Amino acid sequence: METTISQLLYLISLVLFIVGLKGLSHPETARRGNLIAASGMILGIIVALFQPMQDASNNYLWILGGVIVGSAIGLTAAKKVQMTKMPEMVSLFNGLGGACAMFIGFVEFYNLPAQTEMMSGSVFTNIFALVIGSISFSGSLIAYGKLNGSLRDSLKLPAPQVINVLNLIGIFVICGLILSGSELDMNLVIALFALSLTYGVVFVTPIGGGDMPVVISLLNSITGIGAMGAGLIYSNNVMIIGGILVGASGVILTVMMCKAMNRTLFNVIIGGISSSSSSAAAEGDQVIKEVQVSDLAIQLKYASKVIVVPGYGLAVAQAQHTIHELEVLLEEEGVDFKFAIHPVAGRMPGHMNVLLAEADVSYDKLLELDQANSEFPTTDVVLVIGANDVVNPAAKTDTSSPIYGMPILDVELAKQVVVMKRGMSKGYAGIENPLFFNDNTKMLFGDAKQSIAKLKEEVQNA
Amino acid sequence: MLEIIIQFFADNLPMIIMLVLASFLGMEIIGKVPTVLHTPLMSGANAISGVVAIGAIILVRSASPDDYFSLGLGSVGIALAIINVAGGFAVTNRMLEMFKKKKDNKSS
Repeated sequence: METTISQLLYLISLVLFIVGLKGLSHPETARRGNLIAASGMILGIIVALFQPMQDASNNYLWILGGVIVGSAIGLTAAKKVQMTKMPEMVSLFNGLGGACAMFIGFVEFYNLPAQTEMMSGSVFTNIFALVIGSISFSGSLIAYGKLNGSLRDSLKLPAPQVINVLNLIGIFVICGLILSGSELDMNLVIALFALSLTYGVVFVTPIGGGDMPVVISLLNSITGIGAMGAGLIYSNNVMIIGGILVGASGVILTVMMCKAMNRTLFNVIIGGISSSSSSAAAEGDQVIKEVQVSDLAIQLKYASKVIVVPGYGLAVAQAQHTIHELEVLLEEEGVDFKFAIHPVAGRMPGHMNVLLAEADVSYDKLLELDQANSEFPTTDVVLVIGANDVVNPAAKTDTSSPIYGMPILDVELAKQVVVMKRGMSKGYAGIENPLFFNDNTKMLFGDAKQSIAKLKEEVQNA
Repeated sequence: MLEIIIQFFADNLPMIIMLVLASFLGMEIIGKVPTVLHTPLMSGANAISGVVAIGAIILVRSASPDDYFSLGLGSVGIALAIINVAGGFAVTNRMLEMFKKKKDNKSS
């Protein structure tokens, strides 16, 4: 009786997940969707606390401790995090979910009854949760480190693909040994643990640049599958279906992002944009032209249409508010001011939209790739702020370029392009950008926030 | 070996059917998401993957009261998954609130 009731409540919690996730995919219903999914989660957790279990000693104090510590940390982090740090935070959270699946797998191995038949479903599901959870955990931590800059180029592995394949073979061999053994050898489990953690590290380390959003989405999907694995251990339907929903939607999101970059998932995983700067041809005789802030201010003031192309540099400099102030100022002067958002601008898909929304930039000022490209020919000034690869014309012309084929913003069609950068360093993908040497391109070096602030001042004075 | 595999499928057939159907459901639900929502959707989905907390709760509930290894790792697991759940939903809500404010400004 109680079992049936808890199963039905679990079912409701599942329905809430599905409805919530569905809501999250439309702008008007997104917020409600999030709340619905959250209430589904709360219901699920409550049912898990009280569902009837045989020989349960409950240990509610231990559970309460975990829940309180977890919610305190989670809620504080969510409240305090800067919007520019969102990608790091999502991958860190994601890794924690993976870690939980990993712990469950490990503890279940530890508690495996002595006479268990090794070639069995329960051992198999333990392995699954342990392996997938560990990969998701260590991979997410590496992604976190790369995103906040602490792991950027300092970590280079020789022949990561070879290590990966060997590692994977190792994982399968150990799984085979565990399953075919007559009794559980905890050393094998620890070896499996270590190999899986290593796999996550080696898998994510070589990937960088514009591929980072794809990796985060992929890791997200993997954590979902890990949650499903842990659900299989307890035959818990909410965990199984909830996990698989996250897994499947993550895969779809990943594929959509790959399409936006015109790359295959396989390409992203195997290739990783290598920093082969070999295509930097005849760099010496090309000159770049710098622009003075005062000249640019006058130009902007008398322009009829200005489009800003924001990139990660804008996020790093926290310049989203300053650019909004410039926007307001110029609009008062009658300038048509818009933003062109590349699908993979920033370090996470849609990241720019969130940042600009934070700065109160109105929704209808944001142009998507195709819209923006049709507007550039009639634009007087394009300001490229800390974006590099998404405006690189090499993607259209240079077949040897690692980003060849990726759809880009055709800023060079505008009458004047001004690129704000901190220096002549290459972008995240590490490739030369011929745009900088175009006749109608000028450079404005310096921190994006300071440059824009100065520009704002000049516009006010001009 | 083959027998064992077939036996596994036979024993878990409803589960396997459920898995396949749920994967399709997940793909269908997401369908065509506008770029604007990619980040909130990802962080919302991420929060849902915190269902794994349920597993950790069941683990701790079934552990014996003097098995400090299971209890310890189990409650750490609960804490980690709950960080994911609470933080994930809260931050998603924060992001979506910013979008909503924009709409209000426009209409007012």
